[in-house]
Amino acid sequence: MTERPLLEVRDLSKYFPVRGGMLRRVVAQLKAVDGVSFDVPAGKTFGLVGESGCGKSTLGRAVLRLHEPTAGQVRLAGTDITALGRQELVAWRRRMQIIFQDPYASLSPRRTVRQTIREALDTHAIGDNDGRNAEVQRLLEVVGLRRQVLDRYPHEFSGGQRQRVGIARALALKPDFIVADEPVSALDVSVQSQVLNLLAELQRDHGIAFLFISHDLAVVQHISDHVGVMYLGRIVETATAGDIYGEPRHPYTQALMSAIPVPDPKTRRERIVLPGDVPSPIAPPPGCPFHPRCPQAMDICRVQLPPTVNVGTADSPHEVTCHLYDEADGVRADDS
Amino acid sequence: MTSEALLSVRNLSIEFSTERGVVRAVDDVSFDVEHGETLGIVGESGCGKTVTALAVMQLIPMPPGRIVSGSIRLNGQDLLALPERQMRNIRGRDISMIFQEPMTALNPVFTIGNQMVDVIRRHQPMDRASARRRAIEMLEKVGIPIPDKRLNEYPHQLSGGMRQRVMIAMALSCGPKLLIADEPTTALDVTTQAQVMEQIVSLQEDYGMAVMLITHDLGVIAESCRRALVMYCGQLIEDAPTERLYERPQHPYTQGLLRSIPRIRRQRLETLPVIEGTVPDLLHLPPGCRFADRCPRAADECRAHQPPLIDRELTRVACFYPGARDD
Repeated sequence: MTERPLLEVRDLSKYFPVRGGMLRRVVAQLKAVDGVSFDVPAGKTFGLVGESGCGKSTLGRAVLRLHEPTAGQVRLAGTDITALGRQELVAWRRRMQIIFQDPYASLSPRRTVRQTIREALDTHAIGDNDGRNAEVQRLLEVVGLRRQVLDRYPHEFSGGQRQRVGIARALALKPDFIVADEPVSALDVSVQSQVLNLLAELQRDHGIAFLFISHDLAVVQHISDHVGVMYLGRIVETATAGDIYGEPRHPYTQALMSAIPVPDPKTRRERIVLPGDVPSPIAPPPGCPFHPRCPQAMDICRVQLPPTVNVGTADSPHEVTCHLYDEADGVRADDS
Repeated sequence: MTSEALLSVRNLSIEFSTERGVVRAVDDVSFDVEHGETLGIVGESGCGKTVTALAVMQLIPMPPGRIVSGSIRLNGQDLLALPERQMRNIRGRDISMIFQEPMTALNPVFTIGNQMVDVIRRHQPMDRASARRRAIEMLEKVGIPIPDKRLNEYPHQLSGGMRQRVMIAMALSCGPKLLIADEPTTALDVTTQAQVMEQIVSLQEDYGMAVMLITHDLGVIAESCRRALVMYCGQLIEDAPTERLYERPQHPYTQGLLRSIPRIRRQRLETLPVIEGTVPDLLHLPPGCRFADRCPRAADECRAHQPPLIDRELTRVACFYPGARDD
């Protein structure tokens, strides 16, 4: 570890109480995020993949404290965000922003593009009136929208254009970290690649770090430096994009990779079809949460949660949480 | 195109009246579906692929929709000329359809069993007990565990993948000759998507039925279709055997689409190739080729005239300058 990562997430958990019965007592905890740790270095992208309900969106929101975490720490540039009071948090929010999946739902239909983008500048009292107007125009240019759209409303735009407005809004406070939650999933293929290129360009030009959340493994590979695979509230494998796609180690990652339809009729791959469905996070199976669907499950998997093991090198860790790997394959990951 | 095709669509045009004016959602589309084949229809949102499918099922709400011209023949019989009562006999028995979101297609207040028994008895003379046995048999075929228990459950008690399998079981319970699948796996996760697609392909082989698979996912088409149509702005712009479509796409739009999809690559690309610009508004279409504004090859001719579909070896393509891209 040479330089301290911009964002350090340690044992982060987010539980939602499940209420039931006549008295609406808490009868169970839904562990949407359960003890997750990862780093995002400055100017880099950490891709988070997983299927619906795995907790990836909750994790993204917990990192920003849009959901109050149940336990764990989130350090941005060394400061523990989770320990901040309301007032202090507002100041830190300038440094961390979010882009949502559906730009139609996340933009107010009653506000023009100008008002939407200016709002953050107004809230944080940045610059004077002329300064803010000039900044809004500059932001529009950065995301590739024409100046003429300033006084239009969201419904007048296509999905791709709306997402550009959402990106401009996120950029207004010059954040160094952005959570991008499925930012291209609602877009058509031909527009998807335009927006992905824009995000990559912003990272190059402004050194922004991204937590990029998506269910689309091809998109995540394209945009990410490091990738984490989530299943039922936990990260089961983390490595560089090259390692995780080149040599997936966790049986779940392997199944995910094999399930992606390849746009080439000549390729025929051996597919690992997983039996059954993702279990409920209210009553996760004992032991490794993946064992009921795992083609390689052993006896120990049914009773004991697997440890996280580094099967890569000290310089380029490849961490996998699975009983198939043990210290013999690499050093046991121990974060300090 | 042969005369003995199972489904034969000719010069189909469909319009919708909207608050802003009349939109032509499908424009002069012609194609065939052969017996037992899997035909893919691919395109981005608003390209007319779903409207085309709904027209075959005669499920276009009229008004605001209107079939302006064309014919849809199933085994030679023109479906557009049939009264609704006869069409009801064809739906479910000869042609079935499954939708993207099975929750909206299933009735939430009836059990799975009730809904399946109704569909089966609608088309086959059977008492309730035998229809129930048939339903259990179908659920088994689509890989639903403990089917007799599932029959007594309501749609909300099933997972998304399970619901889609129930839809497939229901759609196939009367042995249709044509199954229309509109984005059947789009709402599902990748691992479930793989299960459901494999189910559709294997059942198709068992029953010898034809499948019209509508999707925006070029990966899904590549893995399951023998032939595919590409639609853009309501028009059919390319029709080719799948291998040829992916190896030698003729239309610049198809080429752009194939290049711009992010795919798992050995070497990561710095920037993804893109198709510049956006799909034109269906209310303000250009007079010439609808792709001209975004096309790297567009010439004056393209902006003035609409290119007709022409035969190029195994492909039909609507472009004045088709073929290999010049880069």
